[in-house]
Amino acid sequence: MTLAATAAGHGFLSPTGVEIAFLLVGIATLGAAVVTVTTRQLVHAALWLVVTLGGVAVEYLLLTAEFIAWVQVLIYVGSVVVLLLFGLMLTKAPIGRSPDADSGNRWAALIVAVAAAGALVWVVVDAFRATWIDLDGAVQGSTQSSGRTLFQYWVLPFEALSVLLLAALVGAIVLSRRAGEGKAPVAGLRNVFRTSPAPAPREDQR
Amino acid sequence: MHLAYPAVLAVLLFCTGLYGVLARRNAILVLMSVELMLNAVNLNLVAFDVWLRDTLHAGQALTLFTIAIAAAEIGIGLAIVLLVYRNRGSSDIDRLRDLAERPDGTDATDHGAQPQPDTQAEAPA
Repeated sequence: MTLAATAAGHGFLSPTGVEIAFLLVGIATLGAAVVTVTTRQLVHAALWLVVTLGGVAVEYLLLTAEFIAWVQVLIYVGSVVVLLLFGLMLTKAPIGRSPDADSGNRWAALIVAVAAAGALVWVVVDAFRATWIDLDGAVQGSTQSSGRTLFQYWVLPFEALSVLLLAALVGAIVLSRRAGEGKAPVAGLRNVFRTSPAPAPREDQR
Repeated sequence: MHLAYPAVLAVLLFCTGLYGVLARRNAILVLMSVELMLNAVNLNLVAFDVWLRDTLHAGQALTLFTIAIAAAEIGIGLAIVLLVYRNRGSSDIDRLRDLAERPDGTDATDHGAQPQPDTQAEAPA
């Protein structure tokens, strides 16, 4: 399908409207992502993360995966970013510019990231140079089709996922209870996380 | 749509997240970068699912599972970060060096609370 598809009307020089929209939203998304990982104001990083995740949701919509797009908006923009902002507030993150937001190995990280990006872009472009997505047919990810496949073929992973979410909920509650106000399980945690538990039994021996 | 558009965008998002994980110092910013990497993977999954027209919609189902697992991961991760902050007064991952391996083979004891009472207790005995 390499040259035949090109001759059939696909090509880089005549992009369709969906491709142009995808490209523009992609540039905005990527720019917001770069600002997210480089800004020195911690709260602004979380707010730029909202722009990035919203841009990815728009890309899902352009790929006709509607249900995933709204799930992305609900869960990522709605809850994950709010959790991150709460985390920033609870750890007393500085509001203004913090000079130590980046660690000292920033240049090594930049080299690694640029090398990985170059290698992966080369491989991906070389592999999928002549591959086109056909977006003209039926919508691939409508709520109806997503729900049907999810509850026909993916029921067991879905239920296992609910158990995992319950485990995560219990784990987060156990971890974030203040040591000292609970009884047995928290007492065990307190012993684990105390900084110097060693001298206490030694004084008992004396 | 050409498949290279979503694939290249996913690659660049992933590498941006990789840079953030390696270069950031605050633990919550590292968690944000992990979210970027997970989003890149999700974008790849959705694009390839739409390209292959999978009858089981494995890519989209897996994307939903990944989003749910990412929500669980961010909850547990923030709980751990808050616990570390409560115990240490800082959430900088550069300062959490208790498990670091020193080149001379000795244990990493930065806070110094553990060895001092031991030596003081050994000396009179």
